[in-house]
Amino acid sequence: MNRRSLFKLIGAVAGSAVMYHAMSELGHAAESGYTGPIELKGNPKDASVLILGAGLAGMSAALELRNAGYQVQVLEYNDRPGGRNWSLYGGDKYTELGGYTQDVQFAEGLYLNPGPWRIPYHHRALIDYCKRLKVQLEPFTQVNYAAYLHSSKAFGGKPQRYREVHADFNGHVAELLAKATHQNQLDQAVTREDREILLEAMREWGALDNNYEYKKGLLTSERRGYVSDPGGGLTSDPVFSDPIALSELMQSRLWRSIAAGHIYEFQNSIFQPVGGMGMIGKAFGRELGNLIRYNCKVTEIKQDERGVSVMYQDTKTGGAVRTAHADWCICTIPASILSQIPVTVGAPMKSAIDALYYDSSIKVGLQFKRRFWEQDESIYGGMSFTDQPNALIGYPNTGYFSDGPAVLLGAYTFGVNSFLYAAMSPEERVRKTVEYGSRIHPQYETEFQHGVAVAWHRVPWTLGCAGHWTPELRAKHFDDLCAIDGRIVLAGEHASRLPAWQEGALLSSLDAVRRLHERVLAA
Amino acid sequence: MHLSVDRPWVAMIAAAMVVGVAVTGAGIGDAQEIYAGAYPQKTGEELYQGICQGCHMPNAQGAVGAGAYPALAKDIRLAAGIYPLTVVLNGQRAMPPIGEDLTDEQVANVVNYIRTHFGNHYKDAVTPAAVKAARRVHEPAQEEM
Repeated sequence: MNRRSLFKLIGAVAGSAVMYHAMSELGHAAESGYTGPIELKGNPKDASVLILGAGLAGMSAALELRNAGYQVQVLEYNDRPGGRNWSLYGGDKYTELGGYTQDVQFAEGLYLNPGPWRIPYHHRALIDYCKRLKVQLEPFTQVNYAAYLHSSKAFGGKPQRYREVHADFNGHVAELLAKATHQNQLDQAVTREDREILLEAMREWGALDNNYEYKKGLLTSERRGYVSDPGGGLTSDPVFSDPIALSELMQSRLWRSIAAGHIYEFQNSIFQPVGGMGMIGKAFGRELGNLIRYNCKVTEIKQDERGVSVMYQDTKTGGAVRTAHADWCICTIPASILSQIPVTVGAPMKSAIDALYYDSSIKVGLQFKRRFWEQDESIYGGMSFTDQPNALIGYPNTGYFSDGPAVLLGAYTFGVNSFLYAAMSPEERVRKTVEYGSRIHPQYETEFQHGVAVAWHRVPWTLGCAGHWTPELRAKHFDDLCAIDGRIVLAGEHASRLPAWQEGALLSSLDAVRRLHERVLAA
Repeated sequence: MHLSVDRPWVAMIAAAMVVGVAVTGAGIGDAQEIYAGAYPQKTGEELYQGICQGCHMPNAQGAVGAGAYPALAKDIRLAAGIYPLTVVLNGQRAMPPIGEDLTDEQVANVVNYIRTHFGNHYKDAVTPAAVKAARRVHEPAQEEM
């Protein structure tokens, strides 16, 4: 190997190391600050709180304040609890902005989670609420070694198994590092004593042979899989597989998909509610019962020294603007919506609300006649990644081995591709998603039955998937967004440092509740 | 859209994608090249139909839900080219700064398209040079939607 290709490789490796480092920084290395159910001591003396929005932030606030003795009322725009905690099932009807209506025709028990779909093990508040509300959780698979990595520009468009790319990437890098070590190129960085340990580590980590080479054979096939697995009796000879050559692997860029699974939020264990993410919102809704008033479109929020008045219209019956009054208000309306509603708050909070736009994201759920990914390709849950606009295919993490139809996540994108997707009609999004997916799974063409597409910029009650923060915006506006303004405090994922995560919505809400309660007791 | 360190969830998804998302931001230095996600549309019409109509709708009538996307049809606020130009570049409340991911030419084309279609008849075209100059202004647009 020449010096230049070594540098090239180290550049690639250093690149991902830098990325891991950055990721762990952004991953908020400290675990969720949640230490158990909030305790609100002291008598609120019938103080009333009006909560705007029945998502996880609003409903957790309602639950805790009700339990602490407050008079609570929740106003919700939708006709269901949950907000972005949401699953679409057969029989549901979803109308996005522009009036495009989709009749969901998934078979019984099948669903698409248009919003959040996984719960990291360290999202303790969310897991605790699931426990308290008796929402059953099951494992969610992030990394599946049998799933595919696909590039339309590499390997003639033929998808590669994750285990092959993963093993070969590690193996080649280990071999290169071992070579560099043997050639004394790392002497400045590695002591003589550590050198032997490093070599041993490279051999074990990369599946290198005694000559520190990553070569076709038992060792490497035990990582990347066989052409023909070891068997029994007279047909038992395994056929070893050929590693992908270093250059081809680097050029393919498929190694880029490996890093995701190392990220804190995507490490085992991860969970999902049995029956769909929306089960959490439903459970909160059952618990709160008629404390939530549905179909309410908030049109104005006013406050003075005596209390808060919220004007709203019933979206089903129309009619006159109604007014709800309370001593205090917790507003969880997304900033994208709240920025358009007249609200009497000071300039700092108003500027903070106006500073956040909401990101674009799309999800497409596809129902197929059978689980061909399991039956034909031994893929049970997890996800495949592609360079096509659909970005990934998420296989159902439940109901394994069952006959009959199943729904997979055919597309999940952010950024440019999700903007392009959002500008399409729902039918077109589904059609394109089937087209992209069929290049990875040709079975799509004969097995596809029905699709549903949710583009978050067209969701009538969020205008996007989550608030867009930058470090500059945080420094300028975050404290003002979270501070209590008179009798109003905001909560939601946008008022957290875990943007877009349900845990962020809950922690933001609990923090707001705690501060509000202190204020009430002091009043 | 430009990603930042402040959005781990998006960065994570982006890291999980081979291509397809335009990514910049700390820690993902060469991401623009890696996740080459430039908008392919060139003409104003292509850009409008490929991006803008996602929110402003195919007929530019906007849409109303819990919040609203403003109509661009017969929109007197488009009279001065600098207004739509500034909004496209900097965003405004719920509107993302979509122009960050478009070339000067693309921004000019789409601004000129909406100013001469959907019942708008403003013939004084915005030039790519004007877009380039306006990019230096970082203040968000001050006008109301």
